[in-house]
Amino acid sequence: MARAASIPGMSRRVGVVQFPGSCDERDAVHALRLVGGEPELLWHADADLRGVDAVVVPGGFTYGDYLRAGALARFAPIMGAVAQFAAEGGPVLGICNGFQVLCEARLLPGALTENATLRFVHREVRVRIEAATPWSGDLAPGATLQVPIKHGEGRYVHPDPDGLAAAGQVWLRYDDANPNGSVADIAGVTSAAGNVAGLMPHPEHAVDPVLGGTDGRALLAAASPAATHA
Amino acid sequence: MTSTDYPEGSGAPAPAPRVPAPAPQPDALATELGLTGEEYERIVATCGRTPSTAELGTYSVMWSEHCSYKTSKIHLRRLPTQGPQVLVGPGENAGVVDVGDGLAVAFKIESHNHPSFVEPVQGAATGVGGIIRDILTMGARPIALLDPLRFGEADDPVSRRVADGVVRGIGRYGNAIGVPTVGGEVDADPCYAGNPLVNVLCVGVVDREGIQYAKAERVGDVAVLIGQRTGRDGIGGASVLSSATFEDADDEAGQAKRPNVQVGDPFAGKLLIEACLELYQRRLVSGIQDMGAAGIACSTAEMASAAGLGMRVDLDRVPLREPSMESWEILCSESQERMLALVHPDRLEEVLATCRRWGVDATPIGEVTDGDRLVFTRGGEVVHDAPAASIAHEGPTYDRPREPWAHPHAHESPDADEPAPADPIADWLALLDHPRASDPTPIAEQYDSAVGSSTVAGPGGDAAVLRLPAADGTPGVTLRGVAVATDGNGRRCALDPAEGARQVVAEAARNVACTGARPLASTNNLNFGDPTRPPVMEAFARTIDGLGEACRALDTPITGGNVSFYNATGGTDIHPTPVVGVLGAIDDVTAAVPAAFQRADDAIVLLGAPTLPGLAGSLWLWHVRGRLAGALPAIDLAVEAALQRLLVDLAGDGLLASAHDVTDGGLAVTLVESAVHGGLGADLTPEPGLAPHQWLFSESPSRAVASVAPGDLEAVREAAAAAGVACTDLGAVATAPRLRVTGLGDLDLGEAQRRRQRGVARLLGEPAPADAPTETAAPTEAPAPAQPDAPA
Repeated sequence: MARAASIPGMSRRVGVVQFPGSCDERDAVHALRLVGGEPELLWHADADLRGVDAVVVPGGFTYGDYLRAGALARFAPIMGAVAQFAAEGGPVLGICNGFQVLCEARLLPGALTENATLRFVHREVRVRIEAATPWSGDLAPGATLQVPIKHGEGRYVHPDPDGLAAAGQVWLRYDDANPNGSVADIAGVTSAAGNVAGLMPHPEHAVDPVLGGTDGRALLAAASPAATHA
Repeated sequence: MTSTDYPEGSGAPAPAPRVPAPAPQPDALATELGLTGEEYERIVATCGRTPSTAELGTYSVMWSEHCSYKTSKIHLRRLPTQGPQVLVGPGENAGVVDVGDGLAVAFKIESHNHPSFVEPVQGAATGVGGIIRDILTMGARPIALLDPLRFGEADDPVSRRVADGVVRGIGRYGNAIGVPTVGGEVDADPCYAGNPLVNVLCVGVVDREGIQYAKAERVGDVAVLIGQRTGRDGIGGASVLSSATFEDADDEAGQAKRPNVQVGDPFAGKLLIEACLELYQRRLVSGIQDMGAAGIACSTAEMASAAGLGMRVDLDRVPLREPSMESWEILCSESQERMLALVHPDRLEEVLATCRRWGVDATPIGEVTDGDRLVFTRGGEVVHDAPAASIAHEGPTYDRPREPWAHPHAHESPDADEPAPADPIADWLALLDHPRASDPTPIAEQYDSAVGSSTVAGPGGDAAVLRLPAADGTPGVTLRGVAVATDGNGRRCALDPAEGARQVVAEAARNVACTGARPLASTNNLNFGDPTRPPVMEAFARTIDGLGEACRALDTPITGGNVSFYNATGGTDIHPTPVVGVLGAIDDVTAAVPAAFQRADDAIVLLGAPTLPGLAGSLWLWHVRGRLAGALPAIDLAVEAALQRLLVDLAGDGLLASAHDVTDGGLAVTLVESAVHGGLGADLTPEPGLAPHQWLFSESPSRAVASVAPGDLEAVREAAAAAGVACTDLGAVATAPRLRVTGLGDLDLGEAQRRRQRGVARLLGEPAPADAPTETAAPTEAPAPAQPDAPA
């Protein structure tokens, strides 16, 4: 199922999808470069991933988040190519709004709704690794990381969070306090095959020591030169 | 539309033969639009005939206080605006300063006070959008926002509703448009209950060579309207809302003004930013102006007038939301997220294609013409034909009458006559739940302060510190940065407008210097009451004097700003409230100095002037004793300048572990903030010669608290002595979470932090964290999901 695996040690080309209303695409590019990847922006209207080794759908407010967060972006031409890439086992990561887009596109289970507080919230949170994905590399379950969240619609909902966990698809949980009312403290999930992952926290905003912590690097492992496809 | 609609080099199309039809009942209409009889006569004389309805509309908004600065102009001329660091001063959409390496920074502050009272969420949101477009108009990528906010007090339900709505509005727009909100300030005072102050400062980065100007260049250039369709929202916002007082708080008249508030769409704003930046980068525009107050009328008149040229616009081409709009409504609409670009006909197709790619509407609506006339046509008829300069730059100016501003309690001596507290520690705690002294987290958490990957120090410090991205927005390319702070203090300015203004400038610049950045330039938002009341005008004039003196002494010329008059409700004026933003430059952001204590056993010193009796106008006197009184201790601007230079030098030499400015609440607040943010405590000894409460709560000027590694203390003392700045030992950083003050007692920092968390939370109508249940909210049920799982 896996696409041609990159050679360990080779720089990995990572496509960052830019939609109208994407806000954190430059941040993602900056972060992916810091972890040793070779990032490039992919335009929403092109149905072509240009042969990248991994795809990141970044944060922001695609199409203004009108209707529902992520609801319109799923119809963009590039999403067909992303779905195809995901089906072939390619690593895909949705961050914040990107997570919302991937849920709306049904590449990830569940949905994201308005925070229980009904307010946007930006703060540092601690998350706990619960399962393996190409994006968290060899981080063992139980490891915790400090990363920021910043969202108004980050309350994860799913009818069967226990079943999801049993299937190994709960990737991250809020470790100390649940900031948005997410069911079962879920902060990130994966597809059944594990190659598609989404999370509300922003690993790309925890990579640069000049700006703060660097725990987020561990959640971008699929972009680093050592990575191979799962 | 294609370029063939505007044949190259043809100049103006043949003018339509008729002059505009005179407005029916022109003088009654003029009065309704807020024009005085004299102003109306002047319009008649300029036009040489009875003006049309469209012309009256244009003149009335462009000659409004908000657009023309007719009352403030003669005073603003006294402000210093020059300096080698200033690339663009007042007059353009924003000031631009040189920060080195070929990069320049645009910054300006604006207000959206009146709309934010009428409709808090949209009023604040469009205020953010408006200042972002001012920065964008200069060719700069907007990279940061700061929001100085002032509301009535938390026990007033209207003020809580306004405060909550304003914060939501700023977040809703700023977060979604992808510009981080990195700082600001909040204050509460009954004088703002009917007139909240919502000021917004935006910072942008631009290549020195890429600065854009709102000026026509060539006859024959096509005027392209970029962005949203034009609707009936915000018609007369500038003249109706911002250039008159409210009769009563939240009354029917206020409600009736709600349609005058514009409605913002951050998604459209985001696309407009990206589209315009691409147009600049490809050098496709020869002039650009945003459409804020007075919309098409303002942008066309200003660009034509600045070049001494004319412009001709066909209003039939303007895309409308409501086709029934009258010509004057189209001209005066303040629909948001619109820009007017001037484009050479050869580049028109490329401009339209670029905008199409970003999903932004772009429509050629007219062209630059020879001569000086601003001509608008509709349905083949000329509806407006007047000299552009008479509208944009030759409006009336007033030297309004002044009478002394005398605060009834300004001559009292609270240092002598206010009884000392029996328990200064209890007063210390009581001080901390004023929003001014409180933890701003409940506001700051609602803003994205991280997007753009430039925020080295965000909300909560003395100044925000930003690592500059490249002009194309790429982060992480340099360690060069800027620090930005805003400050205002209406209560102190009410006691003494000139001295208050000097101290506000000093504080904002000192905040910047505390981070290690060298203050470069300033911007100000002058929030005042009704200028037709002579004492208000006098306070304004004295404020200008104070601002000018301080900006000269501290070498922070004023590169732009905003005046907001008529902040008066029910006959009561707000305190004179100049809000000053200062921008500084720092070569290496990794050397920026935090406000928080860093290590136990570091020495704590007071740099600058020693603490002097200074309870006049202090937060303690106001918040704990309910009294606004006293003569402010005068600032010595030479001492202030020396202190700021010393702070920058010490930071550059890596000698400061922390530095934090002393102002609102005095040392009592400064020490708590440095300790709480650092998760540390301190052992302190008061300066001699002062009563304990004076030492804690005095707001005497030109002071900063620094912590210094023991091994660096001697070097700091020597540098201070060489700079002629006092360096007073206060004690040392300690691990225990308390401030232990010799002869006074202990302040428990856990208790202090619980107090700090109340002020701003209450203002937003939130339960204070200490009063809230400890368990975090967990949902009791989950709505049906979109889909249980996905094909993989």
